[in-house]
Amino acid sequence: MSAQFDVRYTAQLARLNLSEEEIAKFQSQLGQVLEYVEKLSAVDVSVVEPTAHAFPVHNVFRADESRPSFTAEQALSNAPRSANGLFVVPKVIE
Amino acid sequence: MDLTSLSISALREKLVAREVSPLDALDALDARISAVDDKVHGFLSRDLALAKAHAAKADLSLPLGGVPIAIKDVINVTGEPCTCGSRMLLPYRAPYDATVIAKLRAAGAIPFGRANMDEFAMGSSTENSAFGPTHNPWDLTRTPGGSSGGSAAVVAADEAFAALGSDTGGSIRQPAALCGIVGVKPTYGRVSRYGLTAFASSLDQIGPFTKTVRDAALILDVISGKDPMDSTSLDQPVPAHTALLGRDIRGMKLGMPREYFIDGIDPQVDAAVRAAIRHYESLGAEIVEVSLPNTEHAVGVYYIIATAECSANLARFDGVRYGHRAESSGLLDHYGRTREEGFGPEVKRRIILGTYVLSSGYYDAYYLRAQKVRTLIRDDFTRAFAQCDAIVCPTSPEPAFKLGDRADDPLKMYLADIFTIATNLAGIPGLSLPCGFAEVDGKKLPIGLQLLGQPLDEPRLLQIAHAYEQSTDWHKARPGL
Repeated sequence: MSAQFDVRYTAQLARLNLSEEEIAKFQSQLGQVLEYVEKLSAVDVSVVEPTAHAFPVHNVFRADESRPSFTAEQALSNAPRSANGLFVVPKVIE
Repeated sequence: MDLTSLSISALREKLVAREVSPLDALDALDARISAVDDKVHGFLSRDLALAKAHAAKADLSLPLGGVPIAIKDVINVTGEPCTCGSRMLLPYRAPYDATVIAKLRAAGAIPFGRANMDEFAMGSSTENSAFGPTHNPWDLTRTPGGSSGGSAAVVAADEAFAALGSDTGGSIRQPAALCGIVGVKPTYGRVSRYGLTAFASSLDQIGPFTKTVRDAALILDVISGKDPMDSTSLDQPVPAHTALLGRDIRGMKLGMPREYFIDGIDPQVDAAVRAAIRHYESLGAEIVEVSLPNTEHAVGVYYIIATAECSANLARFDGVRYGHRAESSGLLDHYGRTREEGFGPEVKRRIILGTYVLSSGYYDAYYLRAQKVRTLIRDDFTRAFAQCDAIVCPTSPEPAFKLGDRADDPLKMYLADIFTIATNLAGIPGLSLPCGFAEVDGKKLPIGLQLLGQPLDEPRLLQIAHAYEQSTDWHKARPGL
C-alpha cells in the first residue's frame, strides 16, 4: 500500500502547498512511517469492532434555547480581513 | 524565603495566613522568570499586568485562591495569545476562556504565562515549536520532552507553582518524567476540552503539572466534570481527589506489564523503576505480572488515528476567520499558500499522513483497521485490571535526550512515546512521578514512574503515587539553575 503513497497528490487533497524539497523529504520519511504501521496488517481483526472513542457518549442533546454567544465584533476580532461586519474571502465563484 | 520553590499547598498556607499576597507571588515568579527563562525558554509570553488585575480581586477563601498557574499555549485565556507554538496563530488573541480556565478562575486561581510547546502539540521534545525549543532545567543541552515541554520545564525550574498541559499520546506524562515533576493525564472525558485547540479529538485530555501529588489532586478537583460545551465530557460525579491521600496501600495489587520491561529500555531507567516497584512491595503492595500483548501495535495505531484526526481538525486553519493569511491569487492558491506559510514541517508531515490514511481507497486498510486494533489494545487493559488495582511501569524508555538528536528522524521520535500512547488509545488515566535519577555525562537526569488506572479511578492512582512520594525524597530535588 505504501508503494502507492504520493505526497504531491495528497498535499493537493490537504490544500497544502509544499516545496519540491519538502515533497522529496516527506516521501521518504513518511514512506518509512507507513512501512512501520503496515505491521498492523498482520493483526487478526476479523471479529473485532472498531473503537472510535474510548467511552462512546451518544445523543448529547440540549434544550433548543438561545444562549449567550460572541457578538459580531468578537467573532471578527481575529479576522485577517473583514468589512461591514463580514469576513472578506477570496472570490469563490468564477 | 524564596516563594517560587513552594508547592501550591505550601503557598496557600502562606496566602491564607496573610504572610504573602497573590501580588507577592506573581512578583516572585516574574523575577524568577526574568532570571532563568533566557536559559530555559519555557514561556512564549506572559502578561503580568493582566495577571495582577486578576490577582487584586483574588478570593483567598477559594480552594486555589491567589495561586498563579502557567498555561500551555494551546488553551484559550481571554485577551492572551494562543499560538499553539505555530506561526499560523501569531496574530491571534483569544476572545474567550476555555472551560478549564473559567473553572480555575472560579476557584480563585490566576492564569499566568503561556508555556512553550511543540507546534499544535505534535512532538515529544518541544523542538517543533515555531519559536525555538525549551531547554531541560536539569541539563540545558537536553529536551524537556513534549509536547507540553514548556509547562513541565517552568514548574521544574520554579518559574511556576503549577501548570496546565494537554496529553494526546504522552504529552503531559513524558515531559513530567523528563523534568522530574508530577504530571497527570485524566480519564478521557474527565476534563472539558472546550477552548483547547484540538489535535486528535478521540485522544486529547487536559491535565496538571505540579511539584507534588497533592497539588495535582487539588487541580483535578477544580477542572474535572461534565461541561455542556464539550459533548464528550463524561456526565459522572467528581470525587474529592485528595480523599484517599495518606491511606495505607497495604494489600493493593500493582500490575507489572511484561511488555513494558523490554530490551532497548535505558538500563538506569529500568533499574530505577524496578527499585520503585520493590519499594511498593516494602509498603505492603502485592506485585503481579500482567500482560498487554498488543503493546507493540500501539505506536502504529496511534500514528494513524492521531494524524487522521489532526488532518481533519487542522482543516480549520484556512486563513479566513483567524490566524495567518497569505497573499494569493484565487481560492486554491489562498488555502495552499496560507497553510504552507503558517505550518511547520512536523505539522505538514502529519497532515499529509493523516490525509493519506483517510483518502479514498485507503480508509479501510489504515484508519478502520487501526480503530479495530485500538479495540484490542483497550481490551488488553480491561483484562489486566481484572488482576490488579493499577499498573506500574516506566513513563519514558530513557531519560531526556539531547536537543537536535532526533529532529530529522520522525519515526525515532515517535518511538519516544511507546509507554504512554496506549493509555490515550484506551482512554484510561495515567500519572508520572519522580522515581530517581540517571547519571549521564556528569549530569543528573530525572526518571519518571508511570501509574495507570481504570477509567475514573484518579483518586486511587493519586493515593498510590502519594504513598511512594511521601516515603521517598526524589520530589524534593531541584535543578541547579
